[in-house]
Amino acid sequence: MKKDRGDIELAGVCKSFDGATYVVDGVNLKIADGAYCCFIGPSGCGKTTILRMIAGHEDPTAGEIVIGGQNVVGLAPVQRRTAMMFQSYALFPHLTVRENIAFALRVRGKSKADRLRAADAMIEKVRLTQFADRLPAQLSGGQQQRVALARAAITEPRVLLLDEPLSALDEQLRVQMRQELRRMQRELGITFIHVTHTQLEAIALADLVVVMEQGKIKQAGAARDVYAHPHDRYVAEFMGGQNVLSGRVEKVNGASFTLAQAAPDGIEVPLQARSTVSVGDKVDIAVRRDDVALVRPGKDLPPGCTTSLPSRVLAIEYQGYFVKVMLDTVPDDEFVAYVPEKTFFADPFTVGDVVMATWATGSALPLA
Amino acid sequence: MQPSQTPPRANLAGWLYVSPLVLVLVPFFVAPILVVLAASFFATDGFGGLTPGFTLASYVEVLHSALTLKLYLATIKFTVLTWIFTLIIGFFVAYFLVFHVRNQLLAIGLFLLCTVPFWTSNIIRMISWIPLLGKEGLINQALLGLGVIRQPLEVLLFSDLAVVIAYVHQLTIFMIVPIFNSMARIDKKLIEAAIDAGASRFDIMRLIVVPMSKSGIALGTIFVVSIVMGDFFVVKVMSGGGSASVVSAFYEDVGVLQYPNAAASAVLLTLVLVAIVSLILRTVDIRQEITR
Repeated sequence: MKKDRGDIELAGVCKSFDGATYVVDGVNLKIADGAYCCFIGPSGCGKTTILRMIAGHEDPTAGEIVIGGQNVVGLAPVQRRTAMMFQSYALFPHLTVRENIAFALRVRGKSKADRLRAADAMIEKVRLTQFADRLPAQLSGGQQQRVALARAAITEPRVLLLDEPLSALDEQLRVQMRQELRRMQRELGITFIHVTHTQLEAIALADLVVVMEQGKIKQAGAARDVYAHPHDRYVAEFMGGQNVLSGRVEKVNGASFTLAQAAPDGIEVPLQARSTVSVGDKVDIAVRRDDVALVRPGKDLPPGCTTSLPSRVLAIEYQGYFVKVMLDTVPDDEFVAYVPEKTFFADPFTVGDVVMATWATGSALPLA
Repeated sequence: MQPSQTPPRANLAGWLYVSPLVLVLVPFFVAPILVVLAASFFATDGFGGLTPGFTLASYVEVLHSALTLKLYLATIKFTVLTWIFTLIIGFFVAYFLVFHVRNQLLAIGLFLLCTVPFWTSNIIRMISWIPLLGKEGLINQALLGLGVIRQPLEVLLFSDLAVVIAYVHQLTIFMIVPIFNSMARIDKKLIEAAIDAGASRFDIMRLIVVPMSKSGIALGTIFVVSIVMGDFFVVKVMSGGGSASVVSAFYEDVGVLQYPNAAASAVLLTLVLVAIVSLILRTVDIRQEITR
């Protein structure tokens, strides 16, 4: 039997609850069959609404939602062959673990023996066999999460939708359950769409990361693309790990341009194919925090570095394998260097020291 | 001081906490019940005089009377009919208010509207059925006018039907309130999760809403059953004297100064009610459901 395709295409999807403001505003996106896709953004950015529209719990005001080549707008969740795992799980409190998991089969008219057999197989898959007869209230958060996952997966959906599945768990459990989600996704071989506001979660899990802001997609791509090559200031700041600087273009020379800044010679930035700049433009650039090196004034810059910004150390945080050094390099924006632990402690700085912040010229990234 | 012993001060505080309840319950509940219980064992001279003593004569008389069984059957009939109708109406009104009225302000407004009949007295509420159900009443007039019937229906007023109508009118609110309360605590996400699993409207009601409203249904049932079983006034007025209930019998006994007989009937009724209520509590663990 040919497996149903679970590829999803959103075309011009809009949603407005009051007719005036759009919670989701013209979203276009393709998600491949069997992909793990994470929607990420601050609360109120429309990510959950998109999820609910794909699930069939909300109808789009405009646009098409296509799953496996079929426009599903207006269809019930069962007809879409999607299943949703709700935030805080929404387990039925009066039913046991087994009954919760078998619920979908029960309402589909499967015989008792059939559905209990299927439920028990699923219970084993999520390793809850010894808890099968307990009520949800008698389970820990992580176990409840597994019940919710099993309840959603039992109908063999082609798309599984997860609404902030890890937000109710504590930090350690979250990392553990994250792996479990990924394992389940590989085992089931179906499309997972996961909504989160934690960037670590998104880049750890997803094949496709979709960054959203105010109902619009800001950037969609592979985790590494979105993290290392943010499209604009919003994505760079939201995904973290980047210093964003802005300034006016002082001169353009061939493959690079110079940004006017506090530095004596400005900041040299390589001109990338996608950006065309002219003198006088206001431009944002991003420099990865782990690309920034700190040298004491008067010492030689490492090779490849042409820009150095004099800075004062504002605060130092030890993070284990690296040290987070906060600097006053640029007036309005945060500027942080992640210095490897060994490098830092070879010649440690203290708060108030003046240092030169520098980076390989090629690693500076102009933003849109 | 040993930690295992309760300090006297905490003990005193505990008594102070329960004292208001004790002050209400002892004089207004425990004492009258004890008086009735004592009176049921007394002998009487037949003219209202009581001789303190211990005799089971009153119980023997009440239990031997064929009337007692007849009255219990009549009362249970009224109770069951009233319970069925109040449950059905109460459940669906609460269901509508909780799950179909999206605007919470509107839901609360409609909920208050349900209490409007209680702004007037019980007697007025019963009398107001007369212009509707009476021989010359609105319903008979309408049916006559439409040519559905030739003679006015006599069964509408001063009948068992009228008794049940009056009870349902009076008591549905006692079903609506507890059921509304337990339904309102059902997380709307559960309904969505059920829809997501493919449940129909009927499945949701059968598998989610009804089981999760059990405590409200049980509470409402206790209210309705105990009120109907303990009532004689509605039966008397709405049946036009044609029917009687258990309580009407001991009301008559009191009227003819047969206090021990009345007391024995009252004790018997109390025991029956306690049995019914404990049966209800056995099927639904209200305490656990409420603290959930």
